[in-house]
Amino acid sequence: MRPLTQEETRALFEKLAKYIGENIQLLVDRPDGSYCFRLHKDRVYYVSERILKVATSIPGDKLVALGTCFGKFTKTAKFRLHVTALDYLAPYAKYKVWVKPGAEQSFLYGNHVLKSGLGRITENTAQYQGVVVYSMADVPLGFGVAAKSTQDCRKVDPMAIVVFHQADVGEYVRHEETLT
Amino acid sequence: MGRRKARKQKGAEVELAKFLPPGEGLSEGDSEEEEERVSSRSKGQEEEEDTDLQLNMEIDEQFVLPSGEEIEKENILPSHPPDLHLIHQRIKDNVEVLQDFRVKREAGRARQEYLTLLRQDLAAYYSYSDFLLKKLMELFPLPELVNFLESNEVPRPMTLRTNTLKTRRRDLAQALINRGVNLDPLGKWSKTGLVVYDSSVPIGATPEYLAGHYMLQGASSLLPVMALAPQENERILDMCCAPGGKTSYIAQLMKNTGVILANDSSAERLRSVVGNLHRLGVTNAVLSHCDGRQFPMVLGGFDRVLLDAPCSGTGVISKDPAVKTNKDERDVLRCAHLQKELILSAIDSVNAASETGGYIVYCTCSIMVEENEWVVDYALKKRNVRLVPTGLDFGKEGFIRFKEHRFHPSLKSTRRFYPHTHNMDGFFIAKLKKFSNAIPKMQKDEESTVETASPASAPEVAAEPQLKKKKLEKLKVTTGQKKQRQPPSKGGSVQRHKRPFPQSPGARPPARKQHRVHPNRQ
Repeated sequence: MRPLTQEETRALFEKLAKYIGENIQLLVDRPDGSYCFRLHKDRVYYVSERILKVATSIPGDKLVALGTCFGKFTKTAKFRLHVTALDYLAPYAKYKVWVKPGAEQSFLYGNHVLKSGLGRITENTAQYQGVVVYSMADVPLGFGVAAKSTQDCRKVDPMAIVVFHQADVGEYVRHEETLT
Repeated sequence: MGRRKARKQKGAEVELAKFLPPGEGLSEGDSEEEEERVSSRSKGQEEEEDTDLQLNMEIDEQFVLPSGEEIEKENILPSHPPDLHLIHQRIKDNVEVLQDFRVKREAGRARQEYLTLLRQDLAAYYSYSDFLLKKLMELFPLPELVNFLESNEVPRPMTLRTNTLKTRRRDLAQALINRGVNLDPLGKWSKTGLVVYDSSVPIGATPEYLAGHYMLQGASSLLPVMALAPQENERILDMCCAPGGKTSYIAQLMKNTGVILANDSSAERLRSVVGNLHRLGVTNAVLSHCDGRQFPMVLGGFDRVLLDAPCSGTGVISKDPAVKTNKDERDVLRCAHLQKELILSAIDSVNAASETGGYIVYCTCSIMVEENEWVVDYALKKRNVRLVPTGLDFGKEGFIRFKEHRFHPSLKSTRRFYPHTHNMDGFFIAKLKKFSNAIPKMQKDEESTVETASPASAPEVAAEPQLKKKKLEKLKVTTGQKKQRQPPSKGGSVQRHKRPFPQSPGARPPARKQHRVHPNRQ
């Protein structure tokens, strides 16, 4: 376990910024104690200093996880967000997409969101903007990338993809073993 | 389920058969009765009913122990599968006789004979191993035993726990009802539990489940956490955490403050813990896969420790029927030994000076006394801890006397839960308060002498003479006169035989004791 290097921090923040923009600031400076990012076995964990203290006294090979896992660095040093980060992305998300109840299940099985399943979308969403996907009951279901801007969404046919799937909470069941 | 139905049907057939004209199976007395009844048929219906009743009573009273040969015959002939409804009837009759033994017994037959037959029948009917049945018969009075075995055949109701970190119980219940789930609050004692009667959707894959609004969890596994009563901003250790149900409940009660160290010895099973904790939005946990026995060395000074010890699983037979046959004495003792090591390291990792805590909760999903009361009793002797009430207002009190064991009277405040009385998995919960960090050293030496003398090793005293006698007899038969010439080899063989086959629960600990004492002396 170690703090992130400069490049790693930049890669992580660039990725996070796609979803929560300048709200990253709120993740780093929190009123309820200091929080930090730590790298352990290529995974990035977001954790409070107090919990970090406990974790440091555990031998590295015995430590499995701490705090919240945000994602991992790939072998090519790119950062990939995991669905476990959703709890921190959802409250700060700048652009959101709501899916209709009928399309919920399809998204939770790892499919893209089609125009026919699109319930609502934030105004002014640009193309390829990172978005958090919600159910109509405002339950965060995952996140992805807008395939079309809000303007284009109005025009496309019902079977066109509007959000590319990146992660969804169905992975808790489907890929339990790869979450860490 | 299907099998049970079939059994019930067969049972009904038996009932019917009683009222049919006597066949081959009925005894002489019965046919005489029948003749009487035929002759008196003209006397009117009332009387006929009367004789009918008498006939029934006759059958009940005339429960005859089948002789050893008959049983042998049944066992030997594999072409005849055992007649289940016959056995069921025999169990019922047998239990009835045993409950009022003085009146209903057959003259000249010993209680032991009845019990042996009953055990054989129960083993055949419910397919338990002889060892486990013996243990269970020691644990329960007979009618309760049958209830217990019967309730192990039916699954416990599916229960779930609301994750109050993300939602409220009322909202969750509403959301699930909208999906076609039929549910109810679990009981007065739980503010977060829901019991599911039936569901049109898979309850472990609803969007609410995936979003972490609830956790599928047995009712019994809520209890240890309630007994632990974690407070906000504490440091808590969950020693054997997989699959994370209790851990997430602790986090929920602490409102994600403080620190939870969730440990499990198996990295494999920790994967599900990682998934569950992240899904449920638990952010205050650290996960490790150390061996629980290393614990005070890795990290200590916790406010509370939850030890959900690995056990033989005799309380959850309805979940895992393999337990019925694949456990024996050695498995139970091996578990008990591990549990004793774990409970000591759990106690050692608690800080007695903690302002809010200093508590240890020990729980198992086993109902064996060896794995529960005995382990706690051992901890009471070895460390500066005392038992405190668990704070659960139901459940049965723990044993303070069991067979030849006499446990500390405060074991009354531990709690036992059974499938047939509480409709939840069999469970044992003890809450300990540590009152001093010092490890009593003086006591340790006394203990080693005292323990070999009386409480824990009482069975050994009882068992060893028998053992020796047996061995001696064997030796007499095999070696005859050689025995006297070679006394050392005799002693050696007894010793060697004793270890691999511990005859009694007490046979092992003293042997280990010796190992521990020796290095000190050197």
